[in-house]
Amino acid sequence: MSFLRIEHLRKSYGSLEILKDISLEIEEGGFLVLVGPSGCGKSTLLNSIAGLEPITSGDILINDKSVVGLHPSKRDIAMVFQSYALYPNMTVGGNIAFGMEIRGVPKEEREASIQRVADMLQIGHLLDRKPSQLSGGQRQRVAMGRALVRDPQVFLFDEPLSNLDAKLRIDMRTEIKRLHARMGTTIVYVTHDQVEAMTLATRIAVLKDGILQQFGSPSEIYNNPENVFVADFMGSPAMNLLTARVEADGSALRVSLARDGGEPLRLSIPNAPSGLSNYAGKEVLFGIRPEALTDMDGADRNAGSIGEGDCLIEVVEPAGSDTFAVTRLGGKEVVARLRADADIRAGETSRLAFNLDKVVYFDPKTEQRIR
Amino acid sequence: MDNRSRLQELLPKIVLAPSLIVVLIFVYGFIAYTGFLSMTDSKMLPSYGFVGLSNYSKLWALPHWWRAISNLAIFASLYIVISSVLGLGLAILLDQKIRAEGLLRPIYLYPMALSFIVTGTAWKWFLDPGIGLENTMHLWGWDSFSFTWIKDRNYAIYCVVIAAVWQSSGFVMAMFLAGLRGVDNEIIKAAQIDGASTVTVYRRIIIPMMRPVFLSAFVVLAHLAIKAYDLVVALTGGGPGQATELPATFMYSYTFTRNQMGIGASSAIIMLAMIFSIIIPYLYSELRGEKRP
Ligand SMILES: Nc1ncnc2c1ncn2[C@@H]1O[C@H](COP(=O)(O)OP(=O)(O)OP(=O)(O)O)[C@@H](O)[C@H]1O
Ligand SMILES: [Mg+2]
Repeated sequence: MSFLRIEHLRKSYGSLEILKDISLEIEEGGFLVLVGPSGCGKSTLLNSIAGLEPITSGDILINDKSVVGLHPSKRDIAMVFQSYALYPNMTVGGNIAFGMEIRGVPKEEREASIQRVADMLQIGHLLDRKPSQLSGGQRQRVAMGRALVRDPQVFLFDEPLSNLDAKLRIDMRTEIKRLHARMGTTIVYVTHDQVEAMTLATRIAVLKDGILQQFGSPSEIYNNPENVFVADFMGSPAMNLLTARVEADGSALRVSLARDGGEPLRLSIPNAPSGLSNYAGKEVLFGIRPEALTDMDGADRNAGSIGEGDCLIEVVEPAGSDTFAVTRLGGKEVVARLRADADIRAGETSRLAFNLDKVVYFDPKTEQRIR
Repeated sequence: MDNRSRLQELLPKIVLAPSLIVVLIFVYGFIAYTGFLSMTDSKMLPSYGFVGLSNYSKLWALPHWWRAISNLAIFASLYIVISSVLGLGLAILLDQKIRAEGLLRPIYLYPMALSFIVTGTAWKWFLDPGIGLENTMHLWGWDSFSFTWIKDRNYAIYCVVIAAVWQSSGFVMAMFLAGLRGVDNEIIKAAQIDGASTVTVYRRIIIPMMRPVFLSAFVVLAHLAIKAYDLVVALTGGGPGQATELPATFMYSYTFTRNQMGIGASSAIIMLAMIFSIIIPYLYSELRGEKRP
């Protein structure tokens, strides 16, 4: 049963439609991440859930009750903002307690709640400071504390980590995950960082230009992208998307990838998706993630079908844990992810393994997945 | 170092030198000269008989000067408080995303573009019982209407306040509006989620955030009040009697029309001290503020 449900949500500013027919749902205790490029409408969607922006049409239900038209403070939600939005003239304690003060919670109760949250976030020693006297990470914690103290049905986070440095961001990410596991409250979390999305989410919604591109679990989004946008957006380094020609090979299919100055590379595909046979003789987009393109020794032993091909390596980038190699196939640069100690040199030809189980195909015109 | 780079280094100094010299002479030089005159026996023309601080003790013994000082206290406090409150109020109203803002803002701001002489003259006519508001009301048939403050020794100073507030509150409004626009939208959203009403949001969060604007407005208005001269001259000429005499008009009349240049100079130095006592703490707090993260 879904706890937060969004049905056919539309939102326009004047004649400009920002959100176009968004339908989503998340179960109680779930962690929904909204991800997409800048300006795609993530914050607008979150503000609509919070009630900070009126919606044009559609419905938003929390715990099976429509909250449309309800004041933000009546929706039983709490929100953490990108800029933290702390009240600059109040102390940390005052910031955390402000909502309770407005609701007329007695002072002793307020003190106890502040203390509880401060212990949880280890900000007890900061309670008497003003926000201007805090570091970015500390402000972030205070903003979380202000949300936690409400003990709401749904937490809303709008890019809460984007103003932190890389190391702190990873620490806070873990901390948010731990808090979620401990409290079990439903969370809707906005980010444009796909790594954050993958690590935190139980469900991911990918948005682009106000249109929901795909909605699913992190592994669905990662392994079975619906379209080229999702495939390209999720994952770092990005998925390689090459132009390939589908050829009939008896009853089976194979793809041919153009190689610089030589025979095209032909890979036969034993378990091709059924839709691919319609493309025999035509071009498709052949999508393969860097980790599915490895040196022969690094190939996944559990893979059902592995293709092989000799490729001219143009650049080698050792990254410590892995080595990335760049080659050229189908007229594009292709990144392969090899073992750290793989025996490979730039300017030489190496034999690479293609994990064909993991390859996805897209129609080059519609950019939709071929199933 | 070659000539070219030496020239480049010198050029700013050469360009600034004339203005620096002019400022040194005509501002600081004349301040020093006034300070010196205030300790001489100058009457109609400067003369250089040194009399120590006796001009100051004479000044503070003059009922006329006390009148000017107490008028300044009334005028400055009302002017600063009303302009700030009115300016903040107008700014808050304009900040409610109303459609006509583009039209209203210049309307309120426009009086600031007028000189105090024009403001004073206009208000003099408007408040004059014979031709202004009272006369108009009588013409419209409201015969019992009476508004003669400008002719009344006890109330004339409030007419100066009215005209000065009319002139300045639009400017104060612009200062506050800039401050309100600088408030992070997300703070207001956070307060909404916390359940605060609009009034509470302003009272507890936004207005306290305007502290630096209050301070700037205070400094601007306070020094305008202390310097106030042209408005009084145009509006009331310091009268009726000495009812609207302010330190600046006092200074002018003692220095140039009553042949008491020594006392006039000492009153000018007192005004300078008043302004410094406002500006220096302000600059100090501003400069210290910059060092804070
Ligand atoms: N008040 C408004 N009036 C008109 N258009 C708006 C308004 N607020 C946002 N928009 C537009 O709506 C679109 C979505 O904005 P939104 O803030 O939701 O983007 P976002 O996905 O959160 O981007 P980011 O990652 O940069 O925060 C943008 O194109 C923006 O220009
Ligand atoms: Mg945003």
